[in-house]
Amino acid sequence: MFTSAVSVRDLSKVFSRRKGLFQRRRRAALSNVSFDMGRGECVAILGQNGSGKSTLVRLLSTLLLPDGGSAHIFGHDVFKEPRKVRRLVNRVSVEASFFKKMSAAENLAYAARFYGMGPRETHAKIPVILERVGFPSARRNESMENLSRGMQQKVALARALLTSPVLLLLDEPTTGLDPRSKQEVQTFIREIREAHDSTILLCTHDMKEAEDLADRIGLLDRGELLFLEPVEDVKERYGVGTLEEAFFAATGRTYEDERTEDDEEREVFA
Amino acid sequence: MATVDTTFTRRKILRDELIGLYGVVERNLYLTKRYFLWDVAFLLWTIANTLTIVFISRGVDLSPAARNELATKLLVGGVIWAFLGIIFEIVTETVAWERWEGTIEYTFMAPVSRPVHLIGMGIYAVIYGLVRAAAIFVAVVAFIGIHLPHANYGAAVALLAIASISFIGVGMMTAVLPLISPEKGTQLGFVAQGLMLVVSGVYYPVSVLPHWMQWIAKISPATYALRGNRNQILHGAGIAWADVWPLLVIGTLSIPIGLVVFRAGERYAKKHGKLKRSG
Repeated sequence: MFTSAVSVRDLSKVFSRRKGLFQRRRRAALSNVSFDMGRGECVAILGQNGSGKSTLVRLLSTLLLPDGGSAHIFGHDVFKEPRKVRRLVNRVSVEASFFKKMSAAENLAYAARFYGMGPRETHAKIPVILERVGFPSARRNESMENLSRGMQQKVALARALLTSPVLLLLDEPTTGLDPRSKQEVQTFIREIREAHDSTILLCTHDMKEAEDLADRIGLLDRGELLFLEPVEDVKERYGVGTLEEAFFAATGRTYEDERTEDDEEREVFA
Repeated sequence: MATVDTTFTRRKILRDELIGLYGVVERNLYLTKRYFLWDVAFLLWTIANTLTIVFISRGVDLSPAARNELATKLLVGGVIWAFLGIIFEIVTETVAWERWEGTIEYTFMAPVSRPVHLIGMGIYAVIYGLVRAAAIFVAVVAFIGIHLPHANYGAAVALLAIASISFIGVGMMTAVLPLISPEKGTQLGFVAQGLMLVVSGVYYPVSVLPHWMQWIAKISPATYALRGNRNQILHGAGIAWADVWPLLVIGTLSIPIGLVVFRAGERYAKKHGKLKRSG
């Protein structure tokens, strides 16, 4: 029995880059971030570029090692038991990321093999899952390079769902999509929540998307998690009517404010 | 509410690892199919390259028999150079190609173990490398007209397969380089290939090398592959134990060392945020 699906405590990550021959510049991408997620919950983490959202996702995906703190997924230590964690997690990121010369079906089969799915199983499941995400069945043997960005993102969703993850990490899954594709992806995320028992961590800089999809909303700013609450509680806490106003109240900046050199470096370093 | 199954039996893990291994080989087959014409063009370049080496034998004032022997020795060197090049290239692509395509994060966060992942790449590299080496061999022999009445091809292929264990181990060590340097890491793999062959007597006997290089030649698997293959192709020799045992010892050591080196490199990349598409 797990007390929480995701438990993050004082998680910190610092990146450094060489400056000159002997000096290094260090930038904190995450500073003592702590939060819990319940099973089946959808949590959205809002933040500008370079705020630490992708670093958080990459830490939970076992692609980074932290400089401090801990993270557990369904009771497994992310950094000490990475292989057990990897069986439970999948993700969709801003870039669809596929072997471009291979078809959607071949890319999905490749990903599925790493999760222990043999040819017979993928032969049966891939057409079904592609149909579910609204991908035309007739195009499943076409090279990925011939597909639009929206189509590629649907295949990315199919890849994540094919392995039946109990924790789905969505890192700006709708960024760069046209309005129709964005709507389709968001509708599908809602369907996943209803049909599956997945816990979803959605990192986005789209406030409306966060408000529409998530049970609770967190604000990550310059590596620090300023709050993580239901949207109504956030508005009440700051006495504001919108998330934009809440961001201003919490940070003293508007969401569209120009970023400082430090912010730029934090994004580049991460 | 149903409970989440987070238990992993040993049998299931083994089954999943074997499927993962199959997946790596299968993916490489897909890519070979898609890039077939490019691979044919690269094969033609390698044949031309090997011909430039073997033609040296035609310009030397020797008896026809001695000239044929020199051509064969050069041919074996050229074919092994090409074979080793393909193994290093494919194993090094474990990281480089995934980074170029942008799939590296998905592959490295998948639950398949790194040894299985790397060995899958190695198995495909050996199969592809052997097919390619055979094509180069046949093309050059036919073009130049080398006579090989005693050649023991079965033994030659078997020895090359045994030597491949060591080649894969060394390839694993170089495969980590693109993780550390996305821009220059792949080229350093070629440096390792060149250094291994220069001490191994690729186009000349090891005895012509300076003494200190002859010592290094003893720990290079290519030395035994070249020596054994030359005897098999020229004189019809079988698989000599004198060539096999050093290859087995080096192979037994190089695979675990390769995995340790790769693991250390992966840890470094995770610590410094280099395990991502843009490096």
